[in-house]
This record gives sequence, C-alpha cells and structure tokens, in this order.
Amino acid sequence: MSSSRGSLPRYIAIRIVLVIPMMWVLLTLVFFLLRVAPGDPVSASLGGKLSAQALDSRRAQLGLDRPLIVQYLDYLGDAVRFDFGRTISDGQPVLDVVKNQGGATLTLTIGAFLFALLIGVPLGRIAGRYRDSAADAGIRIFGIVTYAAPIFWVGILLVMLVAKLFPSWPTSGIANPFTVFDVPTHTHILLVDAIISGNGVGDVLKHHLLPCFTLGLMLSGVIARLVRVNLIQALKGDYVEAAMARGIPTRRVVNKHAFKNALVPVITVIGLQIALAMAGAVLTERTFNWPGLGNALENYLVNRDYAAVQGLVTFLGIVVVIVSVVVDIITALVDPRVRY
Amino acid sequence: MRSLLSRLWDTKGLARWILLVGLVITVAFIVLAVFAPWIAPYGFDQTKVDGVKFPKVGHASGDHLLGTNDQFFDIWSRVVWGARTALEVVVLSVVFSGVIGVPLGLVTGYVGGWWDRVVVFVMDAIYSFPSLLLAIIFSFLLRGPLGGGIVAAALSLTCVYIPQYFRVVRNTTVTAREATYVEAARALGAKPATIMRKYLFGNVVQSVPVITTLNAADALGTLAALGFLGLGIQPTEASEWGYDLSRALDDAQAGIWWPAVWPGLAIVVLITALTLVGEGLNESLNPALRRRRLRSVVFPRRTPATAKEAS
Repeated sequence: MSSSRGSLPRYIAIRIVLVIPMMWVLLTLVFFLLRVAPGDPVSASLGGKLSAQALDSRRAQLGLDRPLIVQYLDYLGDAVRFDFGRTISDGQPVLDVVKNQGGATLTLTIGAFLFALLIGVPLGRIAGRYRDSAADAGIRIFGIVTYAAPIFWVGILLVMLVAKLFPSWPTSGIANPFTVFDVPTHTHILLVDAIISGNGVGDVLKHHLLPCFTLGLMLSGVIARLVRVNLIQALKGDYVEAAMARGIPTRRVVNKHAFKNALVPVITVIGLQIALAMAGAVLTERTFNWPGLGNALENYLVNRDYAAVQGLVTFLGIVVVIVSVVVDIITALVDPRVRY
Repeated sequence: MRSLLSRLWDTKGLARWILLVGLVITVAFIVLAVFAPWIAPYGFDQTKVDGVKFPKVGHASGDHLLGTNDQFFDIWSRVVWGARTALEVVVLSVVFSGVIGVPLGLVTGYVGGWWDRVVVFVMDAIYSFPSLLLAIIFSFLLRGPLGGGIVAAALSLTCVYIPQYFRVVRNTTVTAREATYVEAARALGAKPATIMRKYLFGNVVQSVPVITTLNAADALGTLAALGFLGLGIQPTEASEWGYDLSRALDDAQAGIWWPAVWPGLAIVVLITALTLVGEGLNESLNPALRRRRLRSVVFPRRTPATAKEAS
C-alpha cells in the first residue's frame, strides 16, 4: 500500500508531462492542415471584396507574408500563451470569441452531463441488476438507438413535440432578448450572470432544459451501457459472494458493495466523452440556435475565415486534452487500482 | 471465404439474430441504393413533372408518398436517392481508409523502432481529437479543390477513420510478429515484404470486417452531421439525408413534421442495422465471444447385436 501511495504524484507528473508532446502534435496538425490549403486565408475570406493592394496590406498586418516556419513558431508560442490569433472576417481576437460565446457552450455541456448521469446511471443499474430481463433488453436497445440517432434529429423531434404540447415553452436560443438585455455582464456565462443579478434565472434555465436534455440523452446511452457491464462484473466478485453468504440482503449488497465499484469507470468515460460531447455540442447549438462556440465556428466556416477556424479548433483541441488529463488524475485519486 | 460464411452461419443464440436482422435491413438499403432510379418516382433534384411544379411542403398524397419538402422535392425520392449517396460515400471512405490504414499499420507494426513510435503517437493524437471537428476541417479544406461532391465528403471521412484501421492492424501485427511461424519464415530467408504479404496479412485482416462495419455506421452519422452543418454534399450534387434535416429545422416548430421525420428515420435505421451487423460479426468471429451451433451428436442405438460385436 505504501508503494502505491508514493506513486500517485509520479503518475500525475507523467500524465502532465505527456500532455506537452500531445499538444504539440495537435497544434502542428491543425496549423499545417489549414496552411497547406490552396489559396491563402485572406483572399479566401475577403477576396473579391477588397483590392489587391488592400489584400496585401491585410496579409502583412496578419503576418501572413512571413516565411511559413516563422509563422509556425509564432503560432506555437502564441498558443502556449493562450493567444489564438485574430479572426479575419470581423477582426476580433479569437480569445474574445471564446470569452463571449464559450460560456453558453460550457453551461450546455455541464447541463448535458448532468442529464446523462441522471438518465444513464439508473438505467444501467436496472439493466445490470436484472440481467437478461425485458428491462435489460429494452435498456440495451435504448443504448444502441441513442448512438444511432443523429443528435440533431432527436433535437428536431423534441422541438416538435414540445411545440405541440407546451406551445409557450422556448425551443430556441439561450434566453429571451429582454432577459439578455436585463442581465449585466460579469462572467460572460449568462446563467451565472443571471444568478448574480437575480434577473431572469428562470427564463435562462427554461431555455437550457431542452438542449441540455437532447445532448444528455446522446451521452447517456454509453453511460448506461458502462454501468451495466461494470455492475454485472462487480456482482460476480468474491466480495459480493462473501457479503451474500453473510446474509446481507441483496438490495444492500447491490447498493453498498457492488454499485460503488461499478461507478468508478464512469468518471473515466466522462473524460473520453468530452470529445464526443464537443461534437454533439456543435450540432446541438445549430439545432437550438444556441449562441455558443459551435455556432461561432459554423459562422466562421461559412465565411471561410481560416484564422478564426484555426483559432477555435486549436482552443477546442486544447480543452479536450486538458479535460481528459484532469479526468485521468481524478480517476487515479478516487481509485487506487489505476495508478502505475 | 466459404469457411467464413459457414462460421457465420454456425453462430448460435442472440448473436445470430442480431447479425441476421442487421444484414436484412442493410441489404434492403443496398437494394434501395442500387435500384434507386427504378424505385424512386422522381429525380433527387426534380421539382416539377410535365411542367407542373410540386407543392411546397405538401402533405403525403398519391403523387408524393411521403409529401414534399420546402425545396419542392419529393421526400420519398430524396430518401431513396439518399441511400445511394450514403452507400457511395461510405463504400468510398471505408475502402480509402482501409487501403491506407491497413498497409500502414502492417508495415509500422512489423518494422517497429522509432518509426513505429512516431506514427503511433501521431495517430493517437488524431484519434483523441473530436472526430466531427476533424471531419469539419477536412471538408472545409477539400471544398475548394474538390467541390461539395461525394468524393470530397468521402475523403474527409477517410482522414478521420485511418487511425482506427491503423491501430487495430498495427497492434495485431506487433503480436503476430513474434509468432513462431513468422520466425520460421525469417529463418528460411524470407524478405520482410514477403513475410508481410504472405504470412502476416492473412492473419491481420481478420479483424478488419468488424471495424469496417462499425466504421461504416459511424461514417454515416458523421456524413449526416456534415450535411446538417452545410459542409457536406451540396443539394445540387446528390440527395443527402443530413442536408434535408437542416432544411427541415426551420419548419419543425410550425408543426411541419414530415420533411424532418423520414430522412432522420432512414439514418437511424441504417446506422442501427450496421451496428447490429458489427456486433454480430464481432460475437461470431471473435473466438473469445463465439458460441457455436453444434449439431447434436446422435449415437447409434445399442442393440444387443452390436453390443455383442463390440465385445
């Protein structure tokens, strides 16, 4: 036991050190992909709108006339300092885009994970506890269908359903325009700002419900599947048999002994699902007209703004890497078996 | 090939049904795709017949089985032609990523050393990146040189799925490399190329069918997502379910459900079917999971005469 306690800091250190080459590969990939593209970013997004001279000066302004290697090193250096460049089409720093619109994506994703856990964990638990029953079969089908159904299609169906049953319930956007106007900006996260000022919390929460539920539904399938498999495995364990032999009621054995161990891998999967959730968020935002990063990304894609796309993708990639490392570390803290 | 089929046929229990149901639905979609010109009543971008324009978002009727959408297209025809698009894109992208991923994995796994480490690292980095974002970048880039057609869509999916083939093939190669038969071949003086082609390839490709079907399911979802974001196949090029869903989005709140329901249903059913095939294949080809249907052994009746002979 003493040796494993000593290795925890080492594990965390290794995990953090490994991030550096990973980030580097990721950044290099993004940079060169978007630079080998035919045509340079400025003429792609502004070509035809400005004279050749104006385009040249724009290029010089953005530093695109320098050698590629200089631009690359510059890009790496900036990314380390969390500077993701400027957009070409509207000339604002990408970091400002992230600040202004990242909050909506953040609350959407957190809400989605809450729903995913609320739906997935109990379902997985029922399926695992009553294996091979009708409920188990139904929950497994639910798992496959949530994977197969495109999230935007589920979103559209839910919008239609809600519009029919509760016509006054909001199905688009993050808040009423009036609410947005009423809430003073502190953190750029509308939900938090609304709570601070006490204005329109209900309205913002109402708008959150449907998109968060949609994204959460997609994520819940995997969680249900995982809890099921782990519970089945845990129930086969010797310690469960020992507890049963001692005459502890089955319900208590499942609740107290098996279930807790079945939950640990869920934390890991949440880490793995961040990438999936990111992709899901982009699609959910489009479906519900949600003013988040996915929507911003889509707008810049339509405008063929390479610099903005590069900056936003870099940011999202870094977030995915950081979150997965943090989740790994949390798993190691919770479960001593993971450390090496 | 024959032994493969008989192995599939001899699978037992739930895996057999999963596989069969998945296969039947998948084949139905392939039939739709192949015979689209005969099954679909109208062209995928046809908006009028004999000079009479179709109704806009018209209800289902005798002329339009599933109604028409906001672009005056016949929805049933769009669904059928969409199956063809899906088939073309998925087959192309699966073939491309297999053709690149399998040899790359084979060579990398066999050669080993620093080359192996570098390639594995790069592939892992690609793999850890959200696949939809990657597909978005690639389709964004390929849009310029290739236009918004089927080839561009297939190539952007290819780039996303190469790492998956690479991983599986590389890992199997690394284990197979140390096997006795490879050592024997090496001792006989076989060149690395020969070993890879004649000895390793046959063993390594066994795991490919399972990833292929699961990738195909995933690729369909990604294709639809690209279409939904307006980055996929353009409506003038071919009919694509995801694009149709993005068009249906605005009308959905007004209670116009038919343009949204049918293309989405097609996606769900086909992805589910492919997933079932993948799971079924996995359970029937993977020796660890396989449960065979064994023919029951019938012993000859022990009659007094045979008993005497036996003794």
